[in-house]
Amino acid sequence: MSLKIVVLAKQVPDTRNVGPDAMTEQGTINRAALPAVFNPEDLNALEQALRLKDQFPGSTISVLTMGLPKSAEVVREALYRGADEGFVVTDRPLGGADTLATSYTLAQAVKKIGDYDIILGGRQAIDGDTAQVGPQIAEKLGLTQVTYAEEILSLDEKARKVVIRRHIDGGVETVEAPLPLVVTVNGSAAPCRPRSAKRLMKFKNATVVAERKPEDAEKYEALIAKKPYLNIPQWGAADIDADPAQIGKAGSPTNVKAVKNIVFKAKESRTLTASDADVEGLIKELLDGKIIG
Amino acid sequence: MNNVFVYCEIEGTTIVDVSLELLSKGRKLANTLGVQLECICAGKGLDGIEKQVFPYGVDKVHVFDAEGLFPYTTNPHASLVVNLFKEEQPQICLLGATVIGRDLGPRISSAMHSGLTADCTELEIDSFEMSIGGVKKFYENQLCQIRPAFGGNIVATIVNPEHRPQMATVREGVMKKEIVDPNYKGEVIKHDVAKYVPETEYVVKVLERHVEKAKHNLKGAPIVVAGGYGMGSKENFDMLFELAKELHAEVGASRAAIDAGFADHDRQIGQTGVTVRPKVYIACGISGQIQHLAGMQDSGIIISVNSDPDAPINAIADYVINGTVEEVIPKMIKYYKANNK
Ligand SMILES: Cc1cc2nc3c(=O)[nH]c(=O)nc-3n(C[C@H](O)[C@H](O)[C@H](O)COP(=O)(O)OP(=O)(O)OC[C@H]3O[C@@H](n4cnc5c(N)ncnc54)[C@H](O)[C@@H]3O)c2cc1C
Ligand SMILES: Cc1cc2nc3c(=O)[nH]c(=O)nc-3n(C[C@H](O)[C@H](O)[C@H](O)COP(=O)(O)OP(=O)(O)OC[C@H]3O[C@@H](n4cnc5c(N)ncnc54)[C@H](O)[C@@H]3O)c2cc1C
Repeated sequence: MSLKIVVLAKQVPDTRNVGPDAMTEQGTINRAALPAVFNPEDLNALEQALRLKDQFPGSTISVLTMGLPKSAEVVREALYRGADEGFVVTDRPLGGADTLATSYTLAQAVKKIGDYDIILGGRQAIDGDTAQVGPQIAEKLGLTQVTYAEEILSLDEKARKVVIRRHIDGGVETVEAPLPLVVTVNGSAAPCRPRSAKRLMKFKNATVVAERKPEDAEKYEALIAKKPYLNIPQWGAADIDADPAQIGKAGSPTNVKAVKNIVFKAKESRTLTASDADVEGLIKELLDGKIIG
Repeated sequence: MNNVFVYCEIEGTTIVDVSLELLSKGRKLANTLGVQLECICAGKGLDGIEKQVFPYGVDKVHVFDAEGLFPYTTNPHASLVVNLFKEEQPQICLLGATVIGRDLGPRISSAMHSGLTADCTELEIDSFEMSIGGVKKFYENQLCQIRPAFGGNIVATIVNPEHRPQMATVREGVMKKEIVDPNYKGEVIKHDVAKYVPETEYVVKVLERHVEKAKHNLKGAPIVVAGGYGMGSKENFDMLFELAKELHAEVGASRAAIDAGFADHDRQIGQTGVTVRPKVYIACGISGQIQHLAGMQDSGIIISVNSDPDAPINAIADYVINGTVEEVIPKMIKYYKANNK
């Protein structure tokens, strides 16, 4: 018996290490200066998927990401660590999506992948910080959900049920839920296993079309004819049968009216004295920047 | 119709603090808009639950009382809220940014096709001109939802003028709990749960559940005030609790402070304690040994109060206040009180 597992993984700017060049002159975020990383909790989700695969040999893990063509990096990383295949959803009209449009798009892509027993994602992405995409995908697919999961304790394939330990406010809870199911995995779950050197060698040249230089087209064609697994399927809005009114900016009820950055220019420290003026000045600055208060 | 709704989270038969805080905020928003404040209480054994919410100025309490509604599971609660909202057409819905609120909110927003803003730190009503989908319009009395994102590095104001309800989650301690009138009386509506929740929605079973009344929430706190050996005494250390109370922060400590008996063990931050990543970390009388830094170096903004200008922690601090804790901490408390409207 084997399972069909989908893992949702997002490429995110590493907001945990914001350096001095993280802000542009204009005061907006300089995404180019922040290294793009595998969203940390999505790695926890991948580990839970790999454990299911260990337990149910023959299971397949499909990694799904939406983002710029370069987000194929997370698919490759997942392949190195043991995923079987990956898909990158990338298209101009998908840009500017809020969580609702994101979850619609990902739900459409999951439907295209086809049958699935369990969909695993991270609890939250470290850029948007909303934790909304998992539950919204579950709703769109008509599935139930288990959020803040720490460990999949057991899975009964015959009864089509899983038992999961999850974090709750002030404690833990063990729940039993039916398959198919959406699970979002918390950062307190087991860390992901490292890359396998063998798999790294195998998949390091895997790409999506948009990553390939036009002049290399023939080279890739020959390569992929021999090794089809080096082609990471790339899907646009039409490929996943997406309703243009529900994707990207158009499909997003939320609108950003204003953005204020509160990153202090650099990690260079400012030295103050204990004088009343200095202490009050600091407090006011923190209050004005909505950092406290 | 078009009222302000708060989803009240219930532990056993007690409404949790964050929900009461949201009722207070909801009351103010409803006053500004000239509408009513309503709330949803779903659980089991909820007789008399209205008594907990009326003092906060609730006009209407929707009670859903049934066996399967406590402990919370996603589908039944989502189903009753969504079906109620289809009848009531609220303009605003507020939920706690708790595990439950963040499980339930997105589910409702997806079903209603409405926007949801996570972890708001401020909510206000405003009117403005905005261009959406290339069409410029004037929008009156919208909910402006202010939230940090990007790991706390930016603050965004989010609006959803074309969709209702406007939904937001807010963390505990962000809004202030205020009793409007201890004798405030609203209306209680007891709903027939079966009409709102089909039997087929009870799909997840809670097998086991442990909730401990948390002594503190150091890990999740957006602001941490931490004290070290340099605090000098337990009495001095207690000033940090006072500062933390003002800032809605949690108190942490270095191992040397704990060894000296200034604070409890479970507050230790560092390699052998908890790891925190708050938006703001205020280190008071902490030298910043590597084992301590291991537990806090990813904090957003680090403020160090230390009498030694060369304390190692100053090297990773955004702000260094050269001075003794005895002098600086009381001033921080004083000027925070004076400047926080
Ligand atoms: C400053 C700012 C504030 C924002 N605030 C809001 C807001 O309040 N409400 C709102 O609706 N939108 C908001 N957004 C938009 C939101 O960040 C994007 O819609 C984003 O694509 C998804 O949300 P998230 O990053 O919060 O993901 P989360 O919901 O935190 O992600 C949870 C999990 O879903 C999966 N997942 C999420 N995105 C992808 C993806 N692209 N590919 C694969 N898997 C994925 C991952 O497993 C991830 O761990 C905001 C954006 C910015 C820049
Ligand atoms: C294996 C191992 C694990 C450890 N794990 C941890 C851990 O998890 N967490 C942890 O914290 N430590 C840990 N330690 C201990 C660590 O090495 C340090 O000893 C400890 O962090 C020091 O605490 P401190 O900064 O409060 O004290 P000190 O190093 O004594 O520093 C006191 C500071 O206060 C300043 N000061 C003094 N008086 C005043 C005043 N009146 N006003 C303002 N400033 C003043 C001083 O200038 C000094 O910088 C560990 C050690 C080992 C060996």
